[in-house]
Amino acid sequence: MIVSAFFWLFASVLLVSAALVITLRNPVHAVLFLILAFFNGAGLFLLAGAEFLAMILVVVYVGAVLVLFLFIIMMLDVDFAELKAGFIRSAPLAGLVGGVLLAELMFVALKWKPAAMAAKLKMAPAMQGMTNTEALGRILYTDHVYFFQAAGMILLVAMIGAIVLSLHHRRDVKRQNVADQVARTREEAVRLVDVKPGQGL
Amino acid sequence: MIGWDTAMMLLWIAFKSVLLLVILLVTLAMLIYVDRKVWAAVQMRRGPNVVGPFGLLQSFADLLKFVLKEVVLPDATNKALFIAAPLITTILALSTWAVVPVADGWVVADINVGILYLFAISSLMVYGTIIGGWASNSKYPFLAALREAAQMVSYEVSIGFVIITVLLAAGSLNLTEIVHAQQSGLGTMIGLPNSFLDWYWLPLFPMFIIFFVSALAETQRPPFDLIEAESELVAGHMVEYSSTPYLLFMLGEYVAITLMCAMATVLFMGGWLPPVDIAPFNWIPGVVWFALKALAVFFMFALVKAFVPRYRFDQLMRLGWKVFLPISLFYVVLVAGVLVAFDLAP
Repeated sequence: MIVSAFFWLFASVLLVSAALVITLRNPVHAVLFLILAFFNGAGLFLLAGAEFLAMILVVVYVGAVLVLFLFIIMMLDVDFAELKAGFIRSAPLAGLVGGVLLAELMFVALKWKPAAMAAKLKMAPAMQGMTNTEALGRILYTDHVYFFQAAGMILLVAMIGAIVLSLHHRRDVKRQNVADQVARTREEAVRLVDVKPGQGL
Repeated sequence: MIGWDTAMMLLWIAFKSVLLLVILLVTLAMLIYVDRKVWAAVQMRRGPNVVGPFGLLQSFADLLKFVLKEVVLPDATNKALFIAAPLITTILALSTWAVVPVADGWVVADINVGILYLFAISSLMVYGTIIGGWASNSKYPFLAALREAAQMVSYEVSIGFVIITVLLAAGSLNLTEIVHAQQSGLGTMIGLPNSFLDWYWLPLFPMFIIFFVSALAETQRPPFDLIEAESELVAGHMVEYSSTPYLLFMLGEYVAITLMCAMATVLFMGGWLPPVDIAPFNWIPGVVWFALKALAVFFMFALVKAFVPRYRFDQLMRLGWKVFLPISLFYVVLVAGVLVAFDLAP
């Protein structure tokens, strides 16, 4: 009774805020509703018994990814008139991409056939006698560790690629060298000068 | 309909939560007093000494002062978000205490993923500042919001790795079980009774230091209080705030500090365990030991505030990414390797 009440609460807030994300004019408000949507998604995970996923969703997406999103969007100076002009120009292309995506999703949804075991597993996401953190850890790090390592390598390559693309070392700025700063002594930094009156340095 | 048992359970949870909040807020008032007294003692001043005996009631006088002032809503602000920001900070900060075990079994919600919950909620605290800084529609608060975003994301990484090393050693995400795991350790291995040598501060000492410094950065305590650096940004994200909303920001900040003290106590200092598990010490109830340890960490926080000059922002970023991240990453690998090699993994 309480669980289903919370399910309806989380699900309806999730849908409404997801709709607001793509309809609101102000991008900062849109990101804030995206945060709300993620929160309610985490709530749904909790109701399904997947507490580890719920917390990771909040930590990774809300705590890190969306902070950076907000960071970028707050610094944008959005010109809405220009945005509107661009919208009309690229509407046909956007409509085509959206249409293809929608058709594919509908195809998947209509043809979806769960595996024989899946229906039973879906009803009991938590394995008997262990928390779902342990269950996930066993699958990721024990059963499928090579896939996990391969995924890690791919992400590492992507990260290095992004750094290589965006890093350009400017020579015309002064850089702090912490070792030099720490090695500086009083003798080489301060000098006592006896200034003669009326002369200055 | 909701059964009688469920209703009683809900009432019991509500009672525990209210009790926790009342104790927490009164303790907080005293901690702010301690903070100011320590700061004053270091600078050879008297500190608050007028309101009540020894100035003990100073925090309550400040509370009344904040609440009775007029709430100013600047014209160009985004009103709804402007009001929401301090509420977000305070509510999130208070909600973290639900999972902290102050003694064996004394916890409002003993959840499986307690430490992840703490990590998740404390990483959300950044939104109060960011939203407040943006909604103020003013230059200084906005700069503070940008600084806050960068600072929190940087130090979350090292705190995450610190938590992972503790998890590797304890083998559980549940805070109560993490404390129980610290009953045996280095001390019991060489045949001593259960003592403070078993706690994780000793085997994980570098991580304890990193956690302490990152906790300072995470709660914007000096020397990392760059988002409200008076000499640069006036009061950062709180420039446009007055009265109760300002009070809520302050409250949220201090609750976050108490939370970090509690986390250091639970993760590294054995929670409610007595320092030596023999006669006079283990008669004292666990909650007293917990409070004493958390107070000791808070005393360190207060001393650092008085001693250490403020970092520059580039120094802050360097410390987070180029010093703490490699060290903590290395220590995660080292701890995992030692646990597997000597078959110590729980």
